Amino acid sequence: MITDFEILETTRMFNEQHLDVRTITMGISLTDCASATVEESCRRIYDKICKYAGRLVEVGDEISKKYHVPIIHKRISVTPISIIAASCHTNDYTPFAITLDKAARACGVNFIGGFSALVQKGYTESDKILINSIPEALAVTDIVCSSVNVASTKSGINMDAVKDMGEIIKKTALRTADKDALGCAKLVVFANAPEDNPFMAGAFLGTGEPECVINVGISGPGVVKHALEGVKGENLGTVAETIKKAAFKITRVGELVAREASERLGVPFGIIDLSLAPTPAVGDSVARLLEEFGLETCGTWGTTACLAMLNDAVKKGGTMASSFVGGLSGAFIPVSEDEGMIAAAASGNLRLEKLEAMTCVCSVGLDMVAIPGDTSATTISGIIADEMAIGTFNGKTTAVRLIPVPGKDVGDFVEFGGLLGSAPIMAVNKASCSDFINRGGRIPAPIHSMRN
Amino acid sequence: MSISKKNTAVISVVGCDRVGIIAGVSTLLSENGINIKDISQTILEEIFTMIMIVDLKDIAIENSDIVEKLNKLSDDLGVSITIQHTDLFNAMHRI
Repeated sequence: MITDFEILETTRMFNEQHLDVRTITMGISLTDCASATVEESCRRIYDKICKYAGRLVEVGDEISKKYHVPIIHKRISVTPISIIAASCHTNDYTPFAITLDKAARACGVNFIGGFSALVQKGYTESDKILINSIPEALAVTDIVCSSVNVASTKSGINMDAVKDMGEIIKKTALRTADKDALGCAKLVVFANAPEDNPFMAGAFLGTGEPECVINVGISGPGVVKHALEGVKGENLGTVAETIKKAAFKITRVGELVAREASERLGVPFGIIDLSLAPTPAVGDSVARLLEEFGLETCGTWGTTACLAMLNDAVKKGGTMASSFVGGLSGAFIPVSEDEGMIAAAASGNLRLEKLEAMTCVCSVGLDMVAIPGDTSATTISGIIADEMAIGTFNGKTTAVRLIPVPGKDVGDFVEFGGLLGSAPIMAVNKASCSDFINRGGRIPAPIHSMRN
Repeated sequence: MSISKKNTAVISVVGCDRVGIIAGVSTLLSENGINIKDISQTILEEIFTMIMIVDLKDIAIENSDIVEKLNKLSDDLGVSITIQHTDLFNAMHRI
């Protein structure tokens, strides 16, 4: 029998602490949609997405109503388009992005991910076409997300791709300059990209995944923060224990939603992504949660230690709650999407260098960071290279989502709206790294890739 | 973790105490054929708190208009009313 205390605790989590399920993401394989022509491939892609995901939003809303659990986004991830489009004779993949956009809109979902390429060891002809199509594709679509995996622990870092992505990010920013480089908010560069990630902009369906699958991303920094408010001044063992218990409960909500969605849609359940995803709303911030450890502001000394502990405790609690955990699974620290991070960056207490250090112990990486529009392509590539090195050499996923906002500089603010939030332009070290970036080639895989 | 066969829900009512909250909620439930299995009610620091366990029989929360009706009642009475399937609580609070 559930006690009154547990019931009230639960309703408070939903009503006051912003507990929600961030996303139900349906992964759809498009491998059978490849055809000799762009038109035929696009027709098959559209039909297949609509056939599989046609009821996704409806089912998400039903589950939301049954449990009074907000499900913020419904999303779709697909096989990387560089694989599907390879059989077509064309030098522009923008029509594929337009098709994804149309299909996603027809299904009523919030985002579709998979305008992607995996190039950690090198390019296929198709990968080159896809990467060169990104600026236009993201400019003419609204809800398509793109990702490029340029590094892995097994393969090392493809520095040619790192160089190219610096230029592609610049071009995407310029192509969407009228919207403060919004295109860059839908583009992420990965090391060790997970194949089952439900979160955007990096979601795609890997080639080892089933025909169709349901992956769920949880949220809930507000719930963990509230739990920590109850143990003020107590030692860190108690803090870890408190986070684990809160993470367990949050994950169970995700697991329940995932299993029910899977059953109703007749699609297998893949994984729960144990990520504490923040939103720009007050009370839904990972930065404020870190401050609850006893930091004056996120970004000060101690932040990395607190984040490491938070990330680990969330995973420990979460893995007890669900047998199938995957995706990114860790605390997210996007700047523009987190009220506390925005405040820390705006006050100058959180700088890009500290943010990079924080990414060594958490999920994702330099995420939703707005930088001056005049930052050079090679400097962007240098930032990417550092972040890829952290992921590759530590055997974890890292990613970069930088937004060089044309015409804006340190001291300016940029508004993206919705879940993407707003961000102060952060200062970038201006000393050149271009000779390093222009060398090209590959950074060899680290010695610990030799596990066989 | 499994989804149970029992179709029961928790209704929680929280807000300022006033005349007619229990009457209002229980009348609405009886009009909709929903049986109250258990009820507990306290006043905590002048905040009225009531928790009901109800048997929905063959009513699916998501396919009925019970949520909308409770929302309307919630506005009329000036209290917060939430209905949630019991599976949620078992998932979150039981290993």
